[in-house]
Amino acid sequence: MSTLRVRVWRGGETGRFQEFEVPRLESQTVLDVVTYIQRSLDPTLAYRFACRVGMCGSCAMTVNGKARWTCRTHVAKVADGDRLDIAPLNHLPVVKDLVADMSVFFDKWAAAKGRFQGARTRKDDFARVPPDSRRRKLVDEAIECIGCGVCYSSCDVVSWNPDYLGPAALNRAWTLYNDVRDTGQKARLAAVAGDAGCHACHTHMSCTERCPKQLSPTAGIAGLKRAVLTAALKGEL
Amino acid sequence: MKNDFRARNHPAYWAFLVHRVSGLALTVFLPLHFWALGQALGGEARLDGFLRWTEQPLVKFAETALVLLLAAHMAGGVRLLMLEFLAWRDWQKSLLAAATGVSIAAGLAFLLNLV
Repeated sequence: MSTLRVRVWRGGETGRFQEFEVPRLESQTVLDVVTYIQRSLDPTLAYRFACRVGMCGSCAMTVNGKARWTCRTHVAKVADGDRLDIAPLNHLPVVKDLVADMSVFFDKWAAAKGRFQGARTRKDDFARVPPDSRRRKLVDEAIECIGCGVCYSSCDVVSWNPDYLGPAALNRAWTLYNDVRDTGQKARLAAVAGDAGCHACHTHMSCTERCPKQLSPTAGIAGLKRAVLTAALKGEL
Repeated sequence: MKNDFRARNHPAYWAFLVHRVSGLALTVFLPLHFWALGQALGGEARLDGFLRWTEQPLVKFAETALVLLLAAHMAGGVRLLMLEFLAWRDWQKSLLAAATGVSIAAGLAFLLNLV
C-alpha cells in the first residue's frame, strides 16, 4: 500500500505545516485523509465538516493551493505525486488548524442586503412567478449557492480590498435583484454600488473557475454593474 | 493566508495579467511616442532622420512587440466590455481564445508586412 505525505496547517493565523503519513486508498477523498489524521494520528486536529456529500458546504479548505470541497475531491485528482498540502480557506481568519472563521463572509451577505424583503404577509395568496420568465431564469442560474466560501477564498480582490463584498454576497444580491417579489431593490443596489461592491471586481473569474456548483458569480456581478449603471443614469441612485 | 500561483493558474487570470502588463508597458512607451512626434517641432529633416533610424531591423522587431501589446490590450479590453455589457453566455473561454487569436494575428500581420 502506498503512502501519502500530507502537510496540514496547524495553529491559528501564525502557525506552520505539520507533516503526516497517511495510507493511500482507492476512491479516497481529501476529507477521508483529514479524518484519518484526526482519528488515528492526532486527535487535537481541528476541522469542520457535516454532510460529506457536497450539500452543506462546511468542509471547504485549501488543497494544494486551490479552494475546494474536501468531501467531493478525490485524492487521485489533486495529489501532486504523493503530496497533499491542506490549509484553511484563504482570506478568512483562522480559528484553529483547518477551521476558518466564516463570520466576515456572512456579514458581507448582510451588507449586500442579501435578505429577501417582500410586501406580502402569510395571509396573502402565493406570488405567481412564471418559471420561464426572463428574470426567474436568471435567478435559477445563480440560486444554488450553498455558501461554502470557495469563491471568496479564491478571489484576489478580497485580499486586495478587505472591504470588498466578494463573489458570494454579490451573487446573492443578484438573485434577489431578479426576484420580482422583492421590495428592497433600491437599498440593495446602493449597497452593492460602492467602492467595495460590484465595480471592484477585476473579472479574474477565479470565483467562476473554482465554484463547486459551477455557478458564475462573475455573470451576476456583471449583471449588477449593468443594473447599477442603468439606475444611476435614470437618477434612481 | 493569501492565494499563490496555484490558485491563480487559469485562463481568465492569465488574460487579466496580459491586459494589465500590456497596459503598463504601453503607458511606459507613451512618453517615447510623444517624444518621437515632438521631433517634428525641430524641423522636417530631424523627424525624417529619426524615422530612418527606426527602419533598422532591431527597432522594427521591437515595433512588432509593440503592435502585439497594442493588439492584446485592445482585444482584452473588447473581451471585458463584451463580458460586462452583453448578456451572459457560457462562451467566456471561447471569447478569451478569440482575443488571443486576434492579438497574435495582428502581430503576425505586422511581421509579415516587414518581411
